[in-house]
Amino acid sequence: MDHEAPIVEDVLGIAWLDFNLSNVLMIFIASTIVFILGLLSARSLKMNPKGLQNFMEWVIDFVKGIVGDTMDWNTGKTFLPLGLTLITYIFVANMLGVVTLGVYGDELWWKSPTSDAGITLTLSTLVIVLTHYYGIKRKGLKEYGKDYLRPLPYLLPLKIVEEFANTLTLGLRLFGNIYAGEILLGLLAGLATTGVGGFLGTAIPMIAWQGFSTFVGVIQAFIFTMLTMVYMSHKVGHDH
Amino acid sequence: MVTNAGWIVIGAEGLLVGDMLAQLVFFILLLFLLGKFAWGPLMDMMKKREDHIASEIETAEKSRNEAEKASKEAAEELKRTRQEAHSIIEEAKKVGQKQEKDIIESARKEAERLKETAQQDIIQEKEKAIQALQDQVASLSVQIASKVIEKELNASDQEKLINEYIKEVGDKR
Repeated sequence: MDHEAPIVEDVLGIAWLDFNLSNVLMIFIASTIVFILGLLSARSLKMNPKGLQNFMEWVIDFVKGIVGDTMDWNTGKTFLPLGLTLITYIFVANMLGVVTLGVYGDELWWKSPTSDAGITLTLSTLVIVLTHYYGIKRKGLKEYGKDYLRPLPYLLPLKIVEEFANTLTLGLRLFGNIYAGEILLGLLAGLATTGVGGFLGTAIPMIAWQGFSTFVGVIQAFIFTMLTMVYMSHKVGHDH
Repeated sequence: MVTNAGWIVIGAEGLLVGDMLAQLVFFILLLFLLGKFAWGPLMDMMKKREDHIASEIETAEKSRNEAEKASKEAAEELKRTRQEAHSIIEEAKKVGQKQEKDIIESARKEAERLKETAQQDIIQEKEKAIQALQDQVASLSVQIASKVIEKELNASDQEKLINEYIKEVGDKR
């Protein structure tokens, strides 16, 4: 199960600019699927919704519930599109690797984009940066700075560490769950190709693990969105 | 595992700046596009529906109140009408009873009158008959007398003759 990744190094002659083409491809595919789903659901809007529109409205209500749970709705409604995009994108990205894994030549091409730490950390960093941005925007720089000294001034170092810890845990939690699922799926797939016995022996564990990975994918998408809103409410809320 | 110099090794390969940039760009693009083409319209529609439902509920409440009022009025009207009908029937009954009494009374009077006239008629007829009989008896006596005078009779003949006449009279009558 040691597949190489299709890495292109030093693009445009820039020393630090390396691409994993499989990641880029899967990011593109996941984004496209989410965008098409969004477009289809909003294509023919009706007063009494059916099909995809109904489902998307349920998702919107669900994320509304998440936002409403963590902060008051007047401040929270700004973050509804962010939460919606996060939950749909991460869910679709997680599912891509559960459906199948694609190997071309010796390189692993089709997988979940979220099974790469760089990508999940990018998302979590974006989220944390946004929380700081909205914190400053909503409360003003002074009030935002004072938050670091609450509830006790000498906790300031912990507060600063917390920001980095939040970023890391938010990204790595998602990455770890999805990556682990994919490794096991890959191992099972490798076993299945050894022969008829291997195929029959791995069929049931494969199905079971795919079911579990689906569950994990849904849960992780939910947790990521939930924690985003929790961190956001810490920064924009007044009761801290 | 590929180790890229200078990068932390996590997962299959290190953190690649290109991937991060790609993800960042794609995600922000997705956020913008979905917000414009999917979430925006969907949420607008949801808001519209919410308003619609609110106004519908309000209208329904209003019409329900109206209906309640109307039904109350109708019930009152019905009650009043029923009372009216009751009183009309009562009155009609009274009138009917009175008329019945009147009719019976007048019928009785009429009957009495008829009876009286009939009795008077009977009495008159009787008197008339008696009168006629008396007249007849007088003329008969005169005739008997004349016959007795015409014929000299002995006592037995006379008796026979009288009986004959009486019989004659009886036959005539």
